[in-house]
Amino acid sequence: MKRTLLILTRNPLSLIGLILVALVVLSAVFADLIAPFPEHRGAVVDFVNFNKAPEWPYIFGTDLVGRDLFSRIIYAYRISLVLGIVVLAIAVPVGVAIGLIAGYVGGWTEYLLMRLTDVFLSIPPLVLAMSMMGLLEPTLTNGMIAVTVMWWPWYTRLVYNLARSEKEEGYVLAAEVIGASKLHIMFREILPNCVPSILTKMMLDFGFVILIASSLSFLGLGVQPPTPDLGSMVAEGAKYLPDSWWLTVFPGLAILIAVFGFNLIGDALREILGVDQ
Amino acid sequence: MPSLIRLLAKRLGTSLIVLIGVSLLIFAIARVIPGDPARIALGPNATAEAIAALRDRLHLDQSFLTQYGYFLADLVRGDLGTSLYTNRPVTSDIAQFLPATLELVIIAGLMMVAFGLPLGILSARHRGTFIDHAIRMVTLLGVSAPGFVWAVILMLVFAYFLPLFPIAGRISDSFTIPPVSGFLLIDTLLAGNIRAFGNAAWHIVLPAFALALSGIGQAARLVRSNMVETYDKPYIEMAQSYGFAEKRIARRYAFRPSLIPSLTIIGLDFAAMLGNAFLVEAVFAWPGLSRYGVAVILRKDLNAIVGTVLIMSALFLIVNIVVDLLVSIINPRIRLSQRAS
Repeated sequence: MKRTLLILTRNPLSLIGLILVALVVLSAVFADLIAPFPEHRGAVVDFVNFNKAPEWPYIFGTDLVGRDLFSRIIYAYRISLVLGIVVLAIAVPVGVAIGLIAGYVGGWTEYLLMRLTDVFLSIPPLVLAMSMMGLLEPTLTNGMIAVTVMWWPWYTRLVYNLARSEKEEGYVLAAEVIGASKLHIMFREILPNCVPSILTKMMLDFGFVILIASSLSFLGLGVQPPTPDLGSMVAEGAKYLPDSWWLTVFPGLAILIAVFGFNLIGDALREILGVDQ
Repeated sequence: MPSLIRLLAKRLGTSLIVLIGVSLLIFAIARVIPGDPARIALGPNATAEAIAALRDRLHLDQSFLTQYGYFLADLVRGDLGTSLYTNRPVTSDIAQFLPATLELVIIAGLMMVAFGLPLGILSARHRGTFIDHAIRMVTLLGVSAPGFVWAVILMLVFAYFLPLFPIAGRISDSFTIPPVSGFLLIDTLLAGNIRAFGNAAWHIVLPAFALALSGIGQAARLVRSNMVETYDKPYIEMAQSYGFAEKRIARRYAFRPSLIPSLTIIGLDFAAMLGNAFLVEAVFAWPGLSRYGVAVILRKDLNAIVGTVLIMSALFLIVNIVVDLLVSIINPRIRLSQRAS
């Protein structure tokens, strides 16, 4: 762990990634201290200062009802990060467990589980999340549910392929010979060898969960106003291009910076841990 | 090649099972969710009789399996039901909006291959140098933003700031092209109107590029990582010791074997564009499935939602089958092992 962190800080690209992610995470955690206008995360109206181009104290400008964009972006980061953590915390264990069982047990179990996974994987990801979101009420919790439902199959497929090749390895055969239980072999023997791949994918996915969630809210199928959300800010501002460019450019760049940061770290992790895609 | 036909039949069979699974899944999601779709469709002022009549027409009072049975029976006859939003058959709605989306996705897919593969090859050939780092940086940026962010940025820069491309739409209003295929790039040519073709092509550049950017990045990164691995193989060293030109080694010896593992993922990315097209269409006012899809989802228009998702998934599966066939044609190991078995 310490060694990994040391290597990450040595490579210029992953160092940039670490800095970007640190910026995003710290600003989300300490939003109340950093945001110049913390109350602007909610339904505040300030018609004196509406639709202002970036100028002090509104470094990113203000939106159509006079709220500080910089403050709203910081609070939107907080929601995005929570969403990413919750989605991965549910999707990864579920996906990994199904993948392990399908890959190791084989037979009919494998066939059924993998066809089920195929069903989820054969609906274009965004379309699946969109339809779930539309049929449920658009709230943050339902957004998490929709993204989780589309996310677990990717881990199933990853772990399934790993488990299938691992189960031919000597250490698995050895465990079988001494009569270890299937559960023990799956979770105590095979799983630890899949951890580097899973961790790398999680780091990359953290960015992509943020990206998909913002896409949903961009289409009006995600978090509802007045909750600050990067995707819905871009959607709202896109109607006022090019004159009020700051309404779309800053939230858009905010998404780019966060996802880019996680990708840079994920990329570096992949090289350090020697994981194939 | 009978082996290829056997492979195709096998893949079609699996895809059919998966497609039935998709229809069950989306049907279940649509029916299990709370709220009365008939009431939502008819609005708050509808009479109880009207709602009861619509519930009856949609078979909403019957068991889930009976409803699904009705749905399958209609589906076999090519009927996806009537949209409660447009009051037209879902199939004709989709037939009207799908070509614009497909046109966008296909052009974006071509851009993904045309830019992504060469960038990946270049990056791998110069691995570890400044060129490699620069390409990796740019391609990673490409995958790090959703299509709508690129759409907004490209539009601001290349349509407003430097007015090189049109701001929105598929073609200028001054052209009237009789619809034949629904693909404007084909219909304008069929009409023999070269200027209209140029106009339509000019309109598609920015939206397609915005859609393609993450795919370009993904393709370049994949090709690079697969090629870098191939460069460690002894036969590359042998080719180098023979004194072959670096360019030839890159293309013939390093790229070819790397293409096969890359191709599967590129196919997946291409298929994912079907969904991502929604994001780009919204920014460029592209008259595709996006607005229809979002509208029917917001109105809980069950038939239209199930129909749209089903068509999208069918296209997704078709793309994957085509990619699988391509892989088995390119890869002699798969081709020959099929014949042997």
